[in-house]
Amino acid sequence: MRVLVKMTWVEVKLFLREPVTVIFTLALPLMILYVLGGVFGNEADAGGAELVYGGFGPTDFYTPAYVALAVAGIALIGVPTHMVEYRESGVLRRLRASAVQQRVVLGAQLLVSLLIATAGAALLLAAAFLFTDVSSPLATWEFVAAYGVGALAIALLGLFLGTVLPTARAAQSVGLLLWFVFMFLSGAGPPPEVLPDSLKAIGDWLPLTPIVEMLQEPWLTGGWATTEVLITLGIGAASAAGAWLTFRWE
Amino acid sequence: MSSTVISVAHLSKRYGDLTAVADVSFEVTRGEIFGLLGPNGAGKTTSVECVQGLRTRDGGQVAVLDLDPRTDADHLRPLIGSQLQESSLPDRMKVWEALDLFAALMPNGPPWRQALDEWGLTDKADSSFASLSGGQRQRLLVALALVNEPQVVFLDEMTTGLDPAARRATWGLIERIRESGTTVVLVTHFMDEAERLCDRIAVVNRGRIVATGTPAELIASGHNQVSVRFTAEVGELGFLDVIPGVTSVERRGIAVEVIAHPASVPFIGNELVTHGAAPPDMRVVSPSLEDVYLRLVSDGGD
Repeated sequence: MRVLVKMTWVEVKLFLREPVTVIFTLALPLMILYVLGGVFGNEADAGGAELVYGGFGPTDFYTPAYVALAVAGIALIGVPTHMVEYRESGVLRRLRASAVQQRVVLGAQLLVSLLIATAGAALLLAAAFLFTDVSSPLATWEFVAAYGVGALAIALLGLFLGTVLPTARAAQSVGLLLWFVFMFLSGAGPPPEVLPDSLKAIGDWLPLTPIVEMLQEPWLTGGWATTEVLITLGIGAASAAGAWLTFRWE
Repeated sequence: MSSTVISVAHLSKRYGDLTAVADVSFEVTRGEIFGLLGPNGAGKTTSVECVQGLRTRDGGQVAVLDLDPRTDADHLRPLIGSQLQESSLPDRMKVWEALDLFAALMPNGPPWRQALDEWGLTDKADSSFASLSGGQRQRLLVALALVNEPQVVFLDEMTTGLDPAARRATWGLIERIRESGTTVVLVTHFMDEAERLCDRIAVVNRGRIVATGTPAELIASGHNQVSVRFTAEVGELGFLDVIPGVTSVERRGIAVEVIAHPASVPFIGNELVTHGAAPPDMRVVSPSLEDVYLRLVSDGGD
């Protein structure tokens, strides 16, 4: 436990010393919020044949989705790349020779992922409340709970990417690709209602889609998306098993 | 506690079809510097990694501090120190953070601040790993390997890639480790390093131990062959080949080198005189450790 805490703290400090990653992780979701918030405004989408935003204002619709995007930035790009670099450069070999356990290595990376993702999400929400006219979540605690489940699942998925991808270059490319695909197809980009059917069908199968829906539900309607929560828990459990089984020290 | 710290018997390890270690046996005694010497790819690193429990051996018996690294690696690792080939620290990790973290990995979290002084890193405590010179990195990695006050420390290719001054400084570090009472297993492909530092050496070639002994014993084992060197103007030296005990006769211009048993030397001189060549510059050269080593690891090994 002491080792896990110390390792996590060192990892957080190491993260803060990587300016590019810090900017990408913490500032990019803010920029997207600012730009898209400016483009779409927050007029409730009241009329017409199609309710693009389900009858909600775009900013209200997008803010919970951007929370998922902020988590995905660190958990799917930053952490996996970092983990593969550790394996490639022999840091893991060094740790193993000093009796570090697999569960400590994975646990520290998971905690770092969650801590930084949560900092990013908090920053995003603070900016949304300060600079946009976003409405407050209808069910705050349900939103927080949904966030907890969603962030854990994405962080575990990132852990799996970090154990299974062969090179840091691959990890970075796959992470970026996933991030953009998630952004465009999982409800953090164009609203799913305006996507062509084929793309919408792909979006339905992406792991971030249920997470976005799960976050939107308590925020917009005050409800709780049980199915999506269960799917997300399943994604998390599968990722955790995958990460544990494919973990290699070198 | 017994004086044997490590005992390895018939260790073997394969990677697919490739046999990295065929049959390696050696024993390391408490307090000594034991060298595993051999060319690249001889199986030295694989052997010590099996001994440390970093790889799973395919065959043979290994005991380190009375523990089997295959089944007891978790208990063994806190008792040993390791300086591995191809291992590294995160670039942006600071020197003190590394010591603090690695000390925390050990059950009682040994104090690490004095290690900064001891290894001349006090000025660098706040520097990142990436900013250290080769010699400073080496000192930090040694300090990390020793932070848990291990009973045995494994040092793998410590001086590869270092400039001569840093190499010398590293030798000083290794001697200091021994003075502190820690047993050292040194893996190297440098003859001079092994000769200078090791109490005993095992020469490894093609996954097997081909000789074991003190540097002096290894040199002595080569004494059944000496090199006889002289210059000769005469063309035909075939009469030397047939002298009993002569292994080879080689000419480079007028320089001649005969490899032979020491007892053959008078007969070589006699034959030369008989054939009208009495070289004024004939010398008999005993082999150095390097000659012995090169003979051991040249094709065939023994």
